[in-house]
Amino acid sequence: MTTVQPNMEVTSTRQKLLDIWETAPGLYGWLATVDHKTIGIRYLCTAFFFLVIGGIEALAMRVQLAQPDLKILSPDAYNQLFSMHGTTMMFLYALPMLSGFSNYLWPLMLGSRDMAFPRLNALSYWVFLFAGIFLYISFPLGQAPNGGWFAYVPNTSLEYDPGINMDVFALGLVFLGISTVVGSANFIVTLLRCRAPGMSVNRLPILVWGTLTASAANLLAVPAVSLACAMLWLDRRYGTHFFDVKGGGQPLLWQHLFWIFGHPWVYALVLPAMGIVSDALPVFCRRPLVGYTLVAISTVATMILGFGVWVHHMFATGLPVMSLSFFSAASFIIAIPSAIAVFAWIATIWTGKLQFTTPFLFFTGFIMLFVIGGVSGFMTASVALDWQLTDTYFIVAHLHYVLLGINVFPVVGGLHFWFPKMSGRMMDERLGKWTFWTMFIGFNAAFFPMHVTGLMGMPRRIYTYPADMGVGWLNMLSTLGAFVFAVGVFLFLINVAKSLKSGAPAGDNPWDAPTLEWATTSPPPVYNFATIPQVASRYPLWEDRLKETEERSIIGDAVRDGMVLDKGKETIGVTPLDAEPNVVLKMPGDSILPFLLSVGMTGLFFGLLAQVIWLVALGAVCEFGVLALWLTPEPHAALEEVEIHD
Amino acid sequence: MASLFLFTVALSGCSGSPLGYLDATSPIAGAIASLGLGLTAISIAVCIVVGVLLVVALWRGRRAHDLAITPVNDRTAIRWIGFGVAISTVFLVGSAVWTLLTVSSISQPAQASALSIDVIGQEWWWAVKYRSSNPAREFITANQLVIPVGVPVQINLTSKDVIHSFWVPKLGGKMDMIPSRTNVTWLQADKVGDFRGQCSEFCGLQHANMAFNVRVLSKPDFEAWWDRQLLPTAGSGDDPRLKTFLVRCAACHTIRGTPAGGILGPDLSHFGDRETIASGLMTNTPANLAKWINNTQTIKPGVKMPELHMLASEIDDVTTYLEGLK
Ligand code: HEM
Ligand SMILES: [Cu+2]
Repeated sequence: MTTVQPNMEVTSTRQKLLDIWETAPGLYGWLATVDHKTIGIRYLCTAFFFLVIGGIEALAMRVQLAQPDLKILSPDAYNQLFSMHGTTMMFLYALPMLSGFSNYLWPLMLGSRDMAFPRLNALSYWVFLFAGIFLYISFPLGQAPNGGWFAYVPNTSLEYDPGINMDVFALGLVFLGISTVVGSANFIVTLLRCRAPGMSVNRLPILVWGTLTASAANLLAVPAVSLACAMLWLDRRYGTHFFDVKGGGQPLLWQHLFWIFGHPWVYALVLPAMGIVSDALPVFCRRPLVGYTLVAISTVATMILGFGVWVHHMFATGLPVMSLSFFSAASFIIAIPSAIAVFAWIATIWTGKLQFTTPFLFFTGFIMLFVIGGVSGFMTASVALDWQLTDTYFIVAHLHYVLLGINVFPVVGGLHFWFPKMSGRMMDERLGKWTFWTMFIGFNAAFFPMHVTGLMGMPRRIYTYPADMGVGWLNMLSTLGAFVFAVGVFLFLINVAKSLKSGAPAGDNPWDAPTLEWATTSPPPVYNFATIPQVASRYPLWEDRLKETEERSIIGDAVRDGMVLDKGKETIGVTPLDAEPNVVLKMPGDSILPFLLSVGMTGLFFGLLAQVIWLVALGAVCEFGVLALWLTPEPHAALEEVEIHD
Repeated sequence: MASLFLFTVALSGCSGSPLGYLDATSPIAGAIASLGLGLTAISIAVCIVVGVLLVVALWRGRRAHDLAITPVNDRTAIRWIGFGVAISTVFLVGSAVWTLLTVSSISQPAQASALSIDVIGQEWWWAVKYRSSNPAREFITANQLVIPVGVPVQINLTSKDVIHSFWVPKLGGKMDMIPSRTNVTWLQADKVGDFRGQCSEFCGLQHANMAFNVRVLSKPDFEAWWDRQLLPTAGSGDDPRLKTFLVRCAACHTIRGTPAGGILGPDLSHFGDRETIASGLMTNTPANLAKWINNTQTIKPGVKMPELHMLASEIDDVTTYLEGLK
């Protein structure tokens, strides 16, 4: 086929593309859609919902800890709350939230029409949703996971934790892991194949670098925790002895497997969020990011080094001092790439012409929190000092500065930033600034004092503490701060609701931002771009003004020479590094199969949890059936090699 | 910057706190505290530098009228990034070296330990076993470690059930107690006194209330204490109070020199000598002990000691008997 569409009437092309790409109305369409924008927004909403749930759990804990010796929560309730809080925030909020951004934004930023595997994309969402429900199903029964999100054995073995609590956890994580792995593979292939022609690797937005490295890391890391959880479940229900001391098992094996996963994972939770800042902050400095290449390299370097530091979670386990020293040194070194990023952001602000919008406030606030969380990480990197700091509130302070500072603040800033693109309406700036200050002040009031309670020796994961520790007033401050922070989150939700209804119309590019997602309408049409853009620089929408190259990107509907690809559901495939177009990819249509596969999987996992054989069998049969349908080749699915002009 | 103020308050405040580790009383904790103060100082300095840079950057750009995108030349800015990263690297490497030097100075005591004590963690208390080359001088106690001042003491750590962690902040860092492994650490106290220890690995329902006491005695006092532990404690076999104890408590608790030989709960020989009840939960007074016996599940929910529903007279017997075991 040919990709040249001479003299095509623009409106009729659009109509044609709409007919090809649009999701059917009604329930079927709702369940079957594979549109990455719909899926992205579903991810964002679901993850935000889990943030609120996890936040409510945190507030309950904070009430119990507000003063010494309170008896508001029983120890069992407290343990379930902190376990579910950690699990929810780490697994059901932080990563899915970033997946939501990447799902929504990647094809738009990359100038493509969809992700490489749209159906896998739908699958990864449904599995995430059902795994989240699975993890919460025992919560109302008072049987929720209660061994912490780190689930150390033998405390989580059947002997010491006889309920179904930890079965829910172990199976739930295996279940959720499927979603993560599927999603990660999809991101990687999308990056390699589904970019606009000309978008070579040195022109990728940093968010893409962040999600790409995070996804590669997830592919390597998630299997470790899925394996560990499967082993835990087998130990619990089938009497294997992977971790069981009496059968010669090793409790430390769990810790290694968990942290080989866990440490790369925390980087996967922050690198895409740092990417959000690297891409969006410069827009409000009215200039490109300073040191793009350095920041891109530092992103990758952080992830690689991130695989060499897991033992810093195990400094007190009695491993040989020699190996501890190695991991301690590596943990110091990993701060270098982060320093590069921090200085690059500051340099961008320093040399910029600033616009103090709400997203800008969130991003600059983030820089300060990043540094505070970074230096407390630097302190815990020291193995000797960590022997005192570990398992105290100092760590709780550190991990929240890192996770809220580097994940939640950029995320909320990013939601303000891309909300106009997603909804076609601006968010209210005044309310936005209130949101920022409430969250920022509340956050610091809640978590800064925890550094101090930690230095005063308050252990973490305790449901109560004695009055003579002298930390009562600091804990009261933390609790008040947490509630102020919660008010900030509430203000954000009000702003979203209000702006959806009556926000000012946004236009295509309200912030005058440089990347491709701003070249299409807000919200974008289902096919993203009527003509596939051709990219000639890193900042296509600024290139006329930056004057960095002679070449110009070709973007827009009326392009006579562009690739329209309206012979079916198609997008262009490119070579991995240079983004030379070399194939037209036939994209699959909407399908109910991803949903059905997830339903089958849910049945299977409930069967395993309840040990009901017929349910397991039913789930498995359903899985095979759906997979067979899924894998049946479609008549037109073959790739076509194409001649590309010039 | 309010944070800095808080930090300063905190650093001074930590001294008062029973688990604060910045006012150390041992060579190990002392070395860690200096390292800790050093790294804290660097950390605060970094926060100030970045904070100032950020504020100045925001100040400079605050009144931009012309928001047009114009060509940029970042060579100078990138040089500054390089400069910042270079300085950071120097501090990071320096801190790594300082850390490794500290580690090697505290991982072994300066002189060999003459005294070796086993501590066995369990849900949610601590068994303590004093070792001696003469088996007749060995004995078991619970929830309180007594050590002599000024000499290194070797501590052998293990667990009977789940993972716990042994931590006496003012005397040194944490070391985990892992079933099937023995981790070795050491303590050395510079002065006489009582120091609080605490389990610091999440170990289930009563992790919060798994504390203990370390009592540091002068050398002669320590020797005398050890000798006293070896004396028969009992009181005569037909002491009615001991009888009550044997009937109601001996299934789980031991008192050396009597038929009471239970091993499920802490050894109670010389109970009157101990600072606290229920692993640091309450001070050891007859009134508290009386309260404890019938209300274990309210005071320490989940604890493995059942509520005994004893009569007032029985409680009185047992309390008087136990508190008399000095
Ligand atoms: C209003 C906001 C939040 C408050 C007030 C809060 C408070 C708390 C509290 C009180 C604990 C228990 C500490 C303990 O007992 O050791 C905790 C633990 C934790 N939090 Fe948060 N939190 C908040 C938000 C978040 C967010 C956004 C994340 C992650 C993205 C997060 C991740 C965690 C993790 C991983 C743990 C450790 C759980 C464990 O020890 O197993 N939290 N938080
Ligand atoms: Cu413990």
